[in-house]
Amino acid sequence: MDFLTSVLTITIRAGTSLTIATIGEILTERSGILNLGVEGIMLMGALSAFATVFYSHSIVLGFLVAVCIGGLLALLHAFLTTTMRANQVVSGLSITLFGTGFSSFLGQRLGPATNNFRLVGLRAERIAPLAPDWAKNIPILGAFLNQDIMTYAVYLLIPLAWFFLYKTRPGLWLRSVGEDPQTADAMGINVAKTRYFYTIIGGMLIALGGAHLSLSYTPGWSENITGGRGWIVIALVIFSMWNPARAVWGALLFGGINAVQFRLQASGTSIPANFLNMLPYVGTIVVLVLMTWWEALSKKVGAPAALGTSYMREDK
Amino acid sequence: MKKIILGLVAMLMVVSLVLPATAQAKKPLKVAFVYIGPPGDLGWTYEHERGRLAVQKYFGDKIETKYVENVPEGPDAERIIRQYAIQGFDVIFATSFGYMDPTYAVAQEFPNVIFEHCSGYKTAPNMATYFGRIEEARYLTGIIAGRMTKSNKIGYVAAFGIPEVVRGINGFTLGVRSVNPNAKVQVVWTNTWYDPVKEREAAVALLDAGCDIIAQHQDTTEPQKAAQERGKLSIGYDSDMGKFVGDTVLASAVWDWGTYYIATIQNVLNGTWKTHAFWGGLKDNIAGLSALSPRVPASVKKEVEGAQKKIMSGWSIFTGPIKDQSGKVVYKSGEVIPDDKQLSMDWFVEGVVGKVQ
Repeated sequence: MDFLTSVLTITIRAGTSLTIATIGEILTERSGILNLGVEGIMLMGALSAFATVFYSHSIVLGFLVAVCIGGLLALLHAFLTTTMRANQVVSGLSITLFGTGFSSFLGQRLGPATNNFRLVGLRAERIAPLAPDWAKNIPILGAFLNQDIMTYAVYLLIPLAWFFLYKTRPGLWLRSVGEDPQTADAMGINVAKTRYFYTIIGGMLIALGGAHLSLSYTPGWSENITGGRGWIVIALVIFSMWNPARAVWGALLFGGINAVQFRLQASGTSIPANFLNMLPYVGTIVVLVLMTWWEALSKKVGAPAALGTSYMREDK
Repeated sequence: MKKIILGLVAMLMVVSLVLPATAQAKKPLKVAFVYIGPPGDLGWTYEHERGRLAVQKYFGDKIETKYVENVPEGPDAERIIRQYAIQGFDVIFATSFGYMDPTYAVAQEFPNVIFEHCSGYKTAPNMATYFGRIEEARYLTGIIAGRMTKSNKIGYVAAFGIPEVVRGINGFTLGVRSVNPNAKVQVVWTNTWYDPVKEREAAVALLDAGCDIIAQHQDTTEPQKAAQERGKLSIGYDSDMGKFVGDTVLASAVWDWGTYYIATIQNVLNGTWKTHAFWGGLKDNIAGLSALSPRVPASVKKEVEGAQKKIMSGWSIFTGPIKDQSGKVVYKSGEVIPDDKQLSMDWFVEGVVGKVQ
């Protein structure tokens, strides 16, 4: 494998969990709900997927459980913010705090007695790259083929999410709820139902992103396995300007920067690692600055205007 | 009548003051441990927890131990250490470098409590420091790596460019080059102690660069697992990682805090504890070499045992001639790097590829 292909392979692999979670968060934010619980939901997804696979030896079941847990946590967020009209930032943050603590707690208790009831250090089935050997060796293209089933699913998910959001009627409804819930309501769209639905769908995808970490990328459970990737997802949503198609580039940039910087270090370059680590965040800040600076751009890229606000028909 | 009652009350008060005091004399010694990570990290904190369990087993009901895990370095640490001091703990072990200033601050407020801080340099009449020369064990693992590498490229996943880590890399490299002067040790920095994903990515980058053995200074077993999945070998650190990963881990440089903890607490119980700055090595049992993997040939094992004896008898692994990365001799033949220069080491020896960041 040449240098470029190997970097690309690891970049795509690293970007998979980020892309899935980012698309989930985009769908949620498009409905006007800001979910800052990504980190906590990813951790709970990673933990539940690994624990399930460890005991049931079924990867499919592992994904299913992760999706259910993610959906439940998101349902809680939707209930608090849509029905109870709680502050979305506070609710999201508390879900992250809860998920971080509870996943550590369970990780120390769900394991088998032989391992002191801990899940750390155990092994279970994992999803491995699918491609046969001859396919791996094709330059560039091999990097795309030498991936696991989740990454293949992401190849499909990206265009589907984009098509859904911009080319279908339900996608239009979703965007209108995030843009102007009052008008959407007047058009006969059930705002609360839409927000519930997409928050839950988003939570499910976010948990899947977490499951990809513990079942494929770094197989096994370790406390705080996400290491802040949930926050990167929130930055990525802004970076991609709420567009699933652009999310790919962001996820590849964020995911790839580590792969690239470690390789640059290994090849003996003099660029400081900290500088490279900083780059994606600079990109996010640039996007944010541009958007505030030039409001027209903000409209054009489609930041949901009603993001972070609750809606009640009686409100004026 | 009033006087009698007053007298009785006064007597009661005196008795109540004396009683708990006598009861206290029989109370077990209370010992607390403050951990940076979870005991389940299978690395740094795991080994300290094993030390605590060893102490508890050795002294039985003569002492009572408690621990708190995942304490971030900084204000939180100070709050927790002070809490233990207020609760009447007699000895408090703070087991991470970043706890140094918080421990020092609390030590000033509680002169009757004994504080033991791991890996720092600040001491007080009631605060001691302790650490080990793990690089001596790393030197031995370096001999194994140097003998068993085929590509002559050994990868090293390192956390931060601080003297502790740099010493480890240099000790390891000196071990490698003592048996294989053609081998190079390639260093990649992760800038984190604990991040399973980053540790793995760094190891994979090194494997892709052609390294066939991965050593590390991190807190998880992720680099070892990454090497194994590629069918490559590795060197463990902190704990006997072969137990968790398999025989692709050729050997591990391991900590054994139990011996030191038992000796320290014995001193406290005897009333002979004095402040100190303990920096032990292989011969003090604080740092050691795990059992070797069956993949290590007998001839290499013999070589390692030979070097181990030499170190145990007082030979320093930092004995010249030692060259720096540019090939310049910085310590002449027979010259030993003094302890203070070891403690502030910020340069790599010849054979290391990479820069101290």
